Amino acid sequence: MRIPNIPLSFVTRHGSKAWPLGLTGAGMLIIGSLLSWSYDAQVLGNLSISFNPGGLQRLAIALALFAVVFLLASKGPLVRLGQWADTALGLRALATWTLLFMTLVVVAITVEAGGLINVQPGGWVSFLGAMVLFAASRLVMPTETRDLAEAVLPGWVEILVIVVIMAGLLFGAAYALSLDDAWAFVLFLVFVTGMAVAATRAGLLSWLGHVTARHKRVLILASFAVAFTFPLTQGGSDANMSIASQVLVFAAAAMGLNIVVGLAGLLDLGYIAFLGAGAYVGAALSTSGFATIGWKPPFIVVVLVAGCFSATLGLIIGSPTLRVNGDYLAIVTLGFGEIFRLTMFNLDGNNGPDLTHGPNGIPAIPDLSFGSFNFGDTHVLLGIPLARFSNYYFLLLLLMAFIIMVFHRLNTSRIGRGWVAIREDEKAAEAMGVNIFGLKILAFVIGAFLAGMAGAIKAHQDVSVTPDQYIFLESAFLLAAIVLGGMGTIVGVLVGAVILKLLPEKLRFFADYRLLLFGLLLVLMMRFRPEGLVASRRRQLEFHEEDEELAIRAEGDIAEKVQA
Amino acid sequence: MTAMLEVRDLKVAYGKILAVKKISFSVEEGQIVTLIGTNGAGKTTTLRTISGLIRPASGEILFQGKRIDTVPAHQIVSLGLAHSPEGRKIFPKMSVEENLLLGAFSRQDSEINQDLDETYDLFPVLAERRAQQAGTFSGGEQQMLAMGRAMMSRPKLLMLDEPSMGLSSLMMKVIIQTVRKLQPQGTTILLVEQNAQAALSLADHGYVLEVGTIVIKGTGKDLLVNDAVRKAYLGED
Repeated sequence: MRIPNIPLSFVTRHGSKAWPLGLTGAGMLIIGSLLSWSYDAQVLGNLSISFNPGGLQRLAIALALFAVVFLLASKGPLVRLGQWADTALGLRALATWTLLFMTLVVVAITVEAGGLINVQPGGWVSFLGAMVLFAASRLVMPTETRDLAEAVLPGWVEILVIVVIMAGLLFGAAYALSLDDAWAFVLFLVFVTGMAVAATRAGLLSWLGHVTARHKRVLILASFAVAFTFPLTQGGSDANMSIASQVLVFAAAAMGLNIVVGLAGLLDLGYIAFLGAGAYVGAALSTSGFATIGWKPPFIVVVLVAGCFSATLGLIIGSPTLRVNGDYLAIVTLGFGEIFRLTMFNLDGNNGPDLTHGPNGIPAIPDLSFGSFNFGDTHVLLGIPLARFSNYYFLLLLLMAFIIMVFHRLNTSRIGRGWVAIREDEKAAEAMGVNIFGLKILAFVIGAFLAGMAGAIKAHQDVSVTPDQYIFLESAFLLAAIVLGGMGTIVGVLVGAVILKLLPEKLRFFADYRLLLFGLLLVLMMRFRPEGLVASRRRQLEFHEEDEELAIRAEGDIAEKVQA
Repeated sequence: MTAMLEVRDLKVAYGKILAVKKISFSVEEGQIVTLIGTNGAGKTTTLRTISGLIRPASGEILFQGKRIDTVPAHQIVSLGLAHSPEGRKIFPKMSVEENLLLGAFSRQDSEINQDLDETYDLFPVLAERRAQQAGTFSGGEQQMLAMGRAMMSRPKLLMLDEPSMGLSSLMMKVIIQTVRKLQPQGTTILLVEQNAQAALSLADHGYVLEVGTIVIKGTGKDLLVNDAVRKAYLGED
């Protein structure tokens, strides 16, 4: 969000007032949040008790404290931080989002409780505080900062920072899933976005990028530790774990598609068919009474067969179409997705062999069991019951780790380099000796294989497999997750997948406008951040070429160097 | 002795239009051979056909005595024939080092890093900026990168398509010097140029192409003093 700047003359005249004004605003925000915001205890969780802040009030306090940190860094005890971080830009972004947050709180209380009268004085104090903070932030003068890439803390402090942030993510995710109220969920999103934008503007996020690059292993380990402990935060509730494991299936498929689209640059609009093919194989080879194939191999074999089946489909559809250029591939894969769905719809014994039971699909797929460990049972770990979906969540997490490893290995290998070359300039890549067709096929087949594996697990998790789960819209959503998050990145696509799958679950009242909102979201993304939420270095350059005038030096200069 | 590269009665067509009309020439091992000619003479088409990016309508191309006109482009590179294409065609979003490593894409041996160092020795500018995005380079630097990239496949024969295109005269001298440096290292070079003066002064042999046919051929020295060549390409009366 960008708001026009105040004339410089005004800022220079009143700049000295920014600091006390800002602290006043933040103070008011905190005091207001300690008081009651709303008469109605049913609204937005309970915000009605003074000196016992509810969830949203705590978020407001967190925003205010972050603002105080920025203020004290520009003048005060934290001034050493101010030498590195751009406090002025950070504070501006933070104040803007805080004001939006408090405005939405007032609107939400008004709407949910039926009238502006329901906002208690505490709410107004906080709202006013946000306005004062906003005004102060406009008066702050930007300062010169040093390059954050040089800011190196002792190793253990940096590792601690990573651990704290990962723990914050864990609690954030658990808190977000526990919010039943759509308004509260939206407000939480505003809070997270505001914090993230402020940290980015201040340069803290790029510093975090340097830190994580220095401690890659710690980051990876911490990420998986957080992902594995997540079910333990749910206190035995399986409802949220059901959402979480659906998110994981979606994310696994998106990551597979990311190889095809993000790395090799092949637009595949029928990718969901590969997930579907895997799911049908998983169902047909399961011990369900409705399974259509007599062979009942162990699940490990089923997963591999499902992957291979999808990969074969990928090979069949890929070999004729990958010889042509991008747009044709998109059309052919779009068609292939529909052909797959209609074929599954029609293999019901009337129009062909009875492999899929047509529109009825294959129901009653039993839960997986490895030895005595049945995925349908509730198991107790550290005193916390982990029910059915938690079990699938863990299995999917393993699959996810595998897919991420494959993705990462490919991305940094010779093959990955070849893919990037193909994406950038096919003709030049060919002249370099890159086997264009072979590498394209490889991307397509690997992507299909991974989706097939995910599909086999999905079949058991969903209990039944029907053709209508694999419509074109799902392919489009997978693609949207990649575009939204950041093509060719791991973190970006994970974020994109979580957003696209979690939002519709939490914002059920938007259900009718879901597509409209996604369309709007994508249009806005293309306008303001075409490289995705998390951009790969290369993509960022692709979309912001005007920034790279830096290196064009006089030719004579170089000529001298070469001659010397 | 058989020639390193031999082109026999090569015809290349774009649809019904013949771009190259039955040309024959050869490149001996260790030589610098140049094809000169104006725009549209068929020089670039000839190189692209040799490296397998276009298929000939008829004729034969032999590389070290083996026919390569039906071999896929990516296998031709591993046979030892590198092509630094017209307009340089570096990968602008990749770093210098990634560009060079792509040049070695056809290789899977363990000496790639060693060759990387050698390329950096040859072009110190590239060494200084190995992590920089290649698209931010000037034309001359891009040309050096393109040549370095082609050398990374350890070619026996290096084909350079208009390395002087769009460069200042100073930069051009640098490029020409580099080409000279490559020859004693045992690399055979097939050079395509519009800048006839520069190309002929380098070349052991030269061929003049006009609208798809070879009209004059001879040693570089002879062509430099040839009246027809002087009139048409060296701008002298």
